[in-house]
Amino acid sequence: MAEKTLKKVDIIFAEYLVSPYKILEETIKRPKNEIIQEILDSGLRGRGGAGFPTGLKWKFGASAKAEPKYIVCNADEGEPGTFKDREILTKVPRKVFLGMGICAFVTGATKGILYLRAEYNYLIPSLNNELQIFHEKAKLLGLDFNITIFSGSGAYVCGEETALIESMEGKRGEPRNKPPFPVQSGYLGKPTIVNNVETFVSASMVCRIGAVEYKKLGTEDQSGSKLFSISGDTHKAGVYELELGMKVSEFVEEFGDGDTKAVQIGGVAGVCVPRKNFEATIIGQGSSSGGSTMVFNSTRSMYNVLHNYLEFFQEESCGQCTPCRVGCQQLLKGIEAIKAGTKPAEYLNQLMKLTETMKLTAKCGLGQSVGNSFNSIVTNFREEMIY
Amino acid sequence: MADIQVLVKELVNKYGTKREALIPILQGVVASERYLSSEAMIEIAKELDISAAEVYGTATFYSFLETVPRGKYVIRICRTIVCEMNGKKDVLKILEEILKIKVGETTMDKKFSLLETNCIGWCHQGPAMLINDEVYSQLTSDKVREIIQDYIRNK
Repeated sequence: MAEKTLKKVDIIFAEYLVSPYKILEETIKRPKNEIIQEILDSGLRGRGGAGFPTGLKWKFGASAKAEPKYIVCNADEGEPGTFKDREILTKVPRKVFLGMGICAFVTGATKGILYLRAEYNYLIPSLNNELQIFHEKAKLLGLDFNITIFSGSGAYVCGEETALIESMEGKRGEPRNKPPFPVQSGYLGKPTIVNNVETFVSASMVCRIGAVEYKKLGTEDQSGSKLFSISGDTHKAGVYELELGMKVSEFVEEFGDGDTKAVQIGGVAGVCVPRKNFEATIIGQGSSSGGSTMVFNSTRSMYNVLHNYLEFFQEESCGQCTPCRVGCQQLLKGIEAIKAGTKPAEYLNQLMKLTETMKLTAKCGLGQSVGNSFNSIVTNFREEMIY
Repeated sequence: MADIQVLVKELVNKYGTKREALIPILQGVVASERYLSSEAMIEIAKELDISAAEVYGTATFYSFLETVPRGKYVIRICRTIVCEMNGKKDVLKILEEILKIKVGETTMDKKFSLLETNCIGWCHQGPAMLINDEVYSQLTSDKVREIIQDYIRNK
């Protein structure tokens, strides 16, 4: 049995030992290429869920030619089971603006937008106060960068970066075809770097402690620490900063209630890990996750869990592409029919094939990822779907 | 000029007539009128020089941009998985009982509307709900009664 236990880290929410503005001042004295290289070396990946290498995104942003450039902070945190960005914006907003400021410096962007989901509107007054301070400091440092807040209006799909841009442009939040990627042609057709709230904080941490120190955290595959939003059947629900690369079994040991049946990793767009796979599964391996971890104990019906997920997807599908719009409806109808006995159990196989089609043909991550939770729940809890 | 024309004009003066001003303008109308009437949407379309269908299409995409009249206080209870597991159904039942309305309805005095919403980011303290922009979490039957009574009496 390995000795390794969960390593808790305290960087993201740590008190401001050094003023974020001091870090900004120090950082923007360095050559831009050096900062980008530092972020690349750190291995930092986007913390919103998709896990794109942050350094690479900044590099593309820096080499984009058109002006003005935009930096967008994606605070449209809608993945069920995720609430870490709200905690960051409540407790350490200065670190977010620091990260955005550094990004603006290296990419040459002059305009910043914080896209805040409507559900977090109550944060606007305090964030505006912080922004006032930020703007004063930026001016003193000679950094021409202004951040405004754009309030969302309630749509899960707007967490997808191109849907978010459409929404800021006053349109329905329907994802765009890619390419072009936002770093080439984003908001109003201009180069736009969209990063998650936590990504900006982590990037600023890399600038403060250096890539070498940062890489000491986590594993080769996934470096650094990450915020996990933990909820469900646990006595320790909340936000925790943990080193990456932990097994589900270690996680359950610490956060489970002793009767954990399954853990949903990465929100409803992620996978559901059953007890028999706890030991073999490393959280976020192969892909990054947004840090949503929902714990289910043996009193929970996995049919009800899946039903709730599918109602969510059906409602939040933007309706633009057929595979997702119709697929989500059919999956929900399908499991209801099987439960009611009007369709045979074998119909589940057909539904799983449908999720494969959705994965191949849906336009954005929403429709493509429905199959993650669907297949992992149906495969591992098949009898609960039928009886 | 009708009231709604005055309001739209004010918002246009504040946010401009470009397409990217549309959502802030729609939000401004909802904040003041509690919903987007056909008249309001037509007026906005005129000011922004786009078709009313574009305005309607955008407005109906977003769950916080109401296109039917709502009460002064819109209660949105979270129906996503963790809140559901932690007793959202009981909380909803109490709300329906106190307000004497069902989900999707508005009270006779136009004070409250009751809606369900997807994850609002308070899963660790579910069940949770929003009343306009205010969050209420760790709800129990008693707590919900107290909160609503307070709104009835004092707001």
